[in-house]
Amino acid sequence: MEHYNMNLTLKVWKQKNTNEKGRFETYHVKDISSEMSFLEMFDVLNEQLIAEGKEPVAFDHDCREGICGMCSMVINGRAHGKWEQTTTCQLHMRAFKDGETIVVEPWRASAFPVIKDLVVDRQSFDRIIQAGGYVSVNTGNAVDANAIPIEKHMADEAFASAACIGCGACVAACPNASAMLFLSAKVSHLAMLPQGSPERKERVMNMVNQMDKEGFGSCTNIGACEAECPKGISIENIARLNREYLGAMFDGGSKNAI
Amino acid sequence: MALNSKIPAGSLEDKWEKYKSTCKLVNPANKRQLEVIVIGTGLAGASAAASLGELGYKVKTFCFQDSPRRAHSIAAQGGINAAKNYQNDGDSTYRLFYDTVKGGDYRAREANVYRLASVSANIIDQCVAQGVPFAREYGGLLSNRSFGGTQVQRTFYAAGQTGQQLLIGAYQALERQVALGNVTQYSRHEMLDIVMIEGKARGVIVRNLVTGELERHFGHAVLLCSGGYGNVFYLSTNAMGSNVTAAWKAHKKGAFFGNPCYTQIHPTCIPVSGDHQSKLTLMSESLRNDGRIWVPKKQGDNRKPNEIPEEERDYYLERRYPAFGNLVPRDVASRAAKERCDAGYGVGASKQAVYLDYASAIQRYGKIEVSKQGIENADAATITKLGKEVVKEKYGNLFDMYAKITGENPYEVPMRIYPAVHYTMGGVWVDYELQTTIPGLYALGEANFSDHGANRLGASALMQGLADGYFVIPYTLGNNLADDIRTKSIPTDHPAFVAAENEVRERINKLMSIKGTESVESFHKRLGKIMWDKCGMARNEKGLKEAIEEIKALRKEFWSNVRIPGEVNEYNPELDKANRVADFLELGELMCIDALNRNESCGGHFREEYQTEDGEAERRDDEYMYVAAWEYKGDSNFVLHKEDLNYEVVHPTQRSYK
Repeated sequence: MEHYNMNLTLKVWKQKNTNEKGRFETYHVKDISSEMSFLEMFDVLNEQLIAEGKEPVAFDHDCREGICGMCSMVINGRAHGKWEQTTTCQLHMRAFKDGETIVVEPWRASAFPVIKDLVVDRQSFDRIIQAGGYVSVNTGNAVDANAIPIEKHMADEAFASAACIGCGACVAACPNASAMLFLSAKVSHLAMLPQGSPERKERVMNMVNQMDKEGFGSCTNIGACEAECPKGISIENIARLNREYLGAMFDGGSKNAI
Repeated sequence: MALNSKIPAGSLEDKWEKYKSTCKLVNPANKRQLEVIVIGTGLAGASAAASLGELGYKVKTFCFQDSPRRAHSIAAQGGINAAKNYQNDGDSTYRLFYDTVKGGDYRAREANVYRLASVSANIIDQCVAQGVPFAREYGGLLSNRSFGGTQVQRTFYAAGQTGQQLLIGAYQALERQVALGNVTQYSRHEMLDIVMIEGKARGVIVRNLVTGELERHFGHAVLLCSGGYGNVFYLSTNAMGSNVTAAWKAHKKGAFFGNPCYTQIHPTCIPVSGDHQSKLTLMSESLRNDGRIWVPKKQGDNRKPNEIPEEERDYYLERRYPAFGNLVPRDVASRAAKERCDAGYGVGASKQAVYLDYASAIQRYGKIEVSKQGIENADAATITKLGKEVVKEKYGNLFDMYAKITGENPYEVPMRIYPAVHYTMGGVWVDYELQTTIPGLYALGEANFSDHGANRLGASALMQGLADGYFVIPYTLGNNLADDIRTKSIPTDHPAFVAAENEVRERINKLMSIKGTESVESFHKRLGKIMWDKCGMARNEKGLKEAIEEIKALRKEFWSNVRIPGEVNEYNPELDKANRVADFLELGELMCIDALNRNESCGGHFREEYQTEDGEAERRDDEYMYVAAWEYKGDSNFVLHKEDLNYEVVHPTQRSYK
């Protein structure tokens, strides 16, 4: 792979805090190596801004290896940028050409208020999990791990759903800002396993109720969530969620879920 | 002060059982009155907070990330060890204990390691009950793989995302306790000091990273579950935010720091590509099962790897260690790569890399497939194609990651790899109960020093984090809090809280008032370079002495010339980073002091003066079979305390892999 350097124009969302209005700010960066990650390009920008006595751009990031789910940028209109099944931190500058202009925005959803610049508050996701995204088993209660065999394909499918990193790209990509892909991945992961089965009805009702309370939009089967998901979480999870939800409804639902 | 490790009497097998049956208990009504603070929400913190919440304690958790689920345990790839012996291949609690003590180069505490091995099986049960989707066989039962340093298959895994799945399990258990009201969770909060009242840890000062406000929180006990300090090297496989601050603040308040120089350098990471590099990415140890590591036989050979004929390649691990070849332990493999690169045989643009080559594995697997499928007279292209398919199935996600980062196709050209800082075996000194030298202050997981000696085996970090949180601290904390049931919550307007908060505020104001010319990042990079060059894979007396002076000078420069933009009372990541780097600048010095004190080579600590004739690590058990526990006495003033390691069961020997 040939390496090259490039000069770029960046139009980046700047917003002082949740309450103030934001705007796009234009920056220029020079000699960006094609080997840098997208966030390393932002490191260069921030070092440049600090040297000039200006304020750097705030953005969320942590592991920088595509698994923690913290990084969250909409790049040229696409959550995590144009590479498929890739988080922002794993997007590399080879994806861009010299002279390009790149537009960078935060996740946009009323359930994800902007904290500053590109940083948003995703605690609504934690609260959805608190509503039922777990198996009610205390430490010390467990039977032997091999006591309940689980068919390999079910375990593999449960794993595929559990691979969600909770980044929120599905919400950012959805025109309705729906959290259905995130929610359905958790409901599916637990419903497919015998350990998660006993409380599956309460779980789905309570989690859906919480999602509605948080102000996420509804799902209208657009499919943008699946297309932008960095972990390839399948939209089939949403179909499974709907079946779980209907099943729970016909069964009287949860006593707690009103 | 004499160190008391509080190891229970009795035979190794009975110690923990006896402890559990005789430790003091706290009744449920009293538990509801006892408050516990947990710093960090990775495997150790989340599992501890969830388990203590279930027991009825009033728990508060703090993490600097935006959610507990982001903690860096999430990035662990390979797996988690447990002595289940599901494979019927001779595993047992004793064998796991023995492998861990030997892997740690006989610098770990026997009693702790035995306890770790004995609760390992419970961890797997607990995780499966939570819905952790471990890999399974067609019969529906759990699958195992093998890992470095062992001869049995005891590693449980979930593809290459085992850490993620275990952390999500612990996180879900934690969120359940939040929903039940037993745990209050604070995200985007960073601990900046411990509050001491009458010689005990009774709370913390934390900074709300969104608003910049300082908060005071009371606790009958404080648990540090804040991970390791590998980021002192700037470049490591740690997350960008991983830091030593919580542990270091505790150290400065009186908690001894154990074996700070024990650092694990992982041999297979993607090499640095330029000055812009912000972090390093690990490629799982499992790749060494099939890949062959080599460099050109000629110095400064600039040919492309595929143009270098077989006879001009030096498979240096196979040459030096014929018995173990490419599967020598991590510390040995890392040092050998460094030796070749330093001698001028490195490859790639930076010359700081060696090749990890899959060409012969592809051919080998291809031939097996051809024979399995009964293809007669298969041509070379068919063999290669089938071989690549097998490699893809085994290692596809790792190869994809490599391709994304480097832009090269590892199926066609050998991967370039180089060692990188990965884990720190050292940490806050704790006794058998995981209590530090400050009463009421505990350290769990990577934050403590106790279980891995001088070198950690693969797939044992996840095991230790969860053992401490799920199965050790619920007992040992109760044993101590049973004496504290008459202590009422201390109001946070107590003078000790006020004083601690003022100290933190003054330090932050001091940092902000410097208004110098150099960024925090730049100082961090400079510290990292000193540490890597002089306290990295190989250390010597001269280099360490230089490093100590250089770090002191750098620290002085930092405090007079760092530039932190923005304000105190707002979301300000540069200030957060400055707080952390200021602590790394103190820790780095202690690491060098410890490395200088330890006149031997063991595990991850390699002192060039102490090696055998053929360049292997030379341990000196007669003088250094102890834990170095350092007490903070003021700037650059650390006092050494020794905890002698007594091996009652295992007999230490010199490791050999030839």
